[in-house]
Amino acid sequence: MMKNITIGQYIPGDTSIHNMDPRIKILLTLLIITILFFITNFIGYVVFSIFLALIVYISKVPFKLLLRGLRPLLVIIIFTVVLNAFMTQGEVIFRFWAIKVTKEGLILAGLMGLRLVFLITGASILTLTTSPIALTDGIEKLLNPFKKIGVPAHELAMMMTIALRFIPTLLEETDKIMKAQMARGADFETGNLINRAKAMVPLLVPLFISAFRRAEELALAMEARCYRGGENRTRMKQLKITRLDYVGIAVAIAFCAAIVGSRYV
Amino acid sequence: MSNMIFTSNLTFEYHGHHEHNVKAIDDLNIEIKKGSFVAVLGHNGSGKSTFAKHLNALLLPSDGSVYVDSMDTRDEKNLWNIRQTAGMVFQNPDNQLVATIVEEDVAFGPENLGVRSDLIRERVDEALMTVEMLEYAKHAPHLLSGGQKQRIAIAGIIAMKPKCIIFDEPTAMLDPIGRREVMDTIKKLNKEEGITIILITHYMDEAVQADYVYVMEEGKLVMQGMPKEVFREVEELKKLGLDVPQVTELTSKLIAEGIRMPSDILTVEEMVVELCRLK
Repeated sequence: MMKNITIGQYIPGDTSIHNMDPRIKILLTLLIITILFFITNFIGYVVFSIFLALIVYISKVPFKLLLRGLRPLLVIIIFTVVLNAFMTQGEVIFRFWAIKVTKEGLILAGLMGLRLVFLITGASILTLTTSPIALTDGIEKLLNPFKKIGVPAHELAMMMTIALRFIPTLLEETDKIMKAQMARGADFETGNLINRAKAMVPLLVPLFISAFRRAEELALAMEARCYRGGENRTRMKQLKITRLDYVGIAVAIAFCAAIVGSRYV
Repeated sequence: MSNMIFTSNLTFEYHGHHEHNVKAIDDLNIEIKKGSFVAVLGHNGSGKSTFAKHLNALLLPSDGSVYVDSMDTRDEKNLWNIRQTAGMVFQNPDNQLVATIVEEDVAFGPENLGVRSDLIRERVDEALMTVEMLEYAKHAPHLLSGGQKQRIAIAGIIAMKPKCIIFDEPTAMLDPIGRREVMDTIKKLNKEEGITIILITHYMDEAVQADYVYVMEEGKLVMQGMPKEVFREVEELKKLGLDVPQVTELTSKLIAEGIRMPSDILTVEEMVVELCRLK
C-alpha cells in the first residue's frame, strides 16, 4: 500500500523546460505565480492559459499527471468557489431561502477557481521537470546570499537531500513492520478512528527507533567520508546559465508585460 | 617497508552500567603493513568494531596510541588527513549512502575534500568502473540490491583515493551472491590497486582469503598469524565461540580418524588435491 506514494515525482526528459537551470526555473515560477495575482480581467486569463498550455506542451508532461496533482487540493478549490459564489453582492440570478447567487459571484468564483488551478499547475510543472537534486542545488544557490543574515542554506539543502534519499527506505521499512505486526495479529484496517490510531502505535514506535538508529549510523558514515559542513566543499555538477535560460527569461518577461498590459485593455 | 597502521598499547574504555568502566579494547599492539590484506576475527562484543573505529579517528584511544600512515589519531590537525587515508565501509549499505542518485553519492567524499569539479567527474567514473557499477551511475540507490549498494558505498570511498580501507562487517547484511560480489571487489582493490585492506568479519571463509589474521576476544588479541596457522587451531577457535572454515573442520575430523594429511588445508581445491593424493 505504501508503494504507490511518490514524492517529488520527477518525470525525466530532455526538453527545453527540463534543461533550464534550476535557479532560473525556480525564480521564473515564482514570478509567474506572482503575476497571476495581477490579472483582473478575462483577457488576462486567456493569455495566461495559452501560456501555461504552451509550457505543458513543450515540457511533454502528461496532462493526466497534472490533473492528479490537482486532486489533493480539490476540497480547497471547491470551498473557494462555493464561498465566492454565495458571498458576493450584486445582481441576483436566483434566490433559495437565505442563499442567493449573484452574477458577479459566479464570475468571481470561476476566476478564483481558475487562479488556484493555474497556481498548482505552475508549481507542479516545476517539480515535474526538475530532478530533486537539481531542485535542492538550486534552492541552496538561491539562498546563498542570505547566509550572511543566518540562513543555513547548505544545511537546508543537505537535509532535503537526505530526506529524499530516506523516504523510500523508510516507506519500505514501514511496510515490513506492518506485515510483521499483522502476522502477529495486529489489525490496521477495521475499527473506528480511535482504535485505528491506537493500532498505529506498535507501528510508529519501532519505526522511530530504527529511524534514529539510521540517523546515527548515517552521521558516522558521513563523518568517515570527511563531511564537515558546507565550507570549502566543491560540487561535481556545477550549475551553469546557458542561452536557453536567457531565452526563458526573455519569454517570461514578455509574458508578464502582456499580462500587465491586459489590465488596460 | 613502513606500516599502514600501528597501534601501541591501545586501550579504550567506556562507561558501562553500574558506574564502572568497561574495557572494550585492552592493550592492543598491532602492526599492519602497507599493501597487505588483514582480517580481524571475533564474535559479537569482542571489540573488533570498536577497534575499526579507532583506525580513522571516529573513536580516540583512552590510553596508548594509534598511528595511521605515521599520523597520530589523537592529533586534531591530522583528523581529515587520516579520514582520507583510511576510508571506512560499514555494515548496513542503506545507512551510508547520502544522495538520491548513485553518481552523486560517489561524488560526496571528493566534494567534501574540495576536489575540482572536473576531477570529481573523473574520479567518480573511475571508482564506478572499479566496482563494475558504471552502468548504474544514474540509478536511485534504493532500487539496487544489497550487494550493489555496498559496492556503491565502496566506490564512494575509492573516489577519495585512500591508501587503506577498513571494512566493518561489510557482508553481514547481504545474501550469498551479494557477499561474493563484495568479497571479489575487496580482493580486487587489494591486488590491483594496492590498497591496504582491513576486513572486520565473523565469517571464517572470508578471513581465509586474507594474508594475515588477528583474532580478538574481550578486547584482547588472542591469536594471530597466517590463515593456515590460525585455522589449524580448531579446538582453540571453537573455545572462543568461533566457527572454523568447513574445509578445516573436515581436515581435523579426518586427521582424528587417523587419516594422514596436512593440517593446514583451507580451500576446497587444496582438499581435493590432498584427497586425490591418498591411497
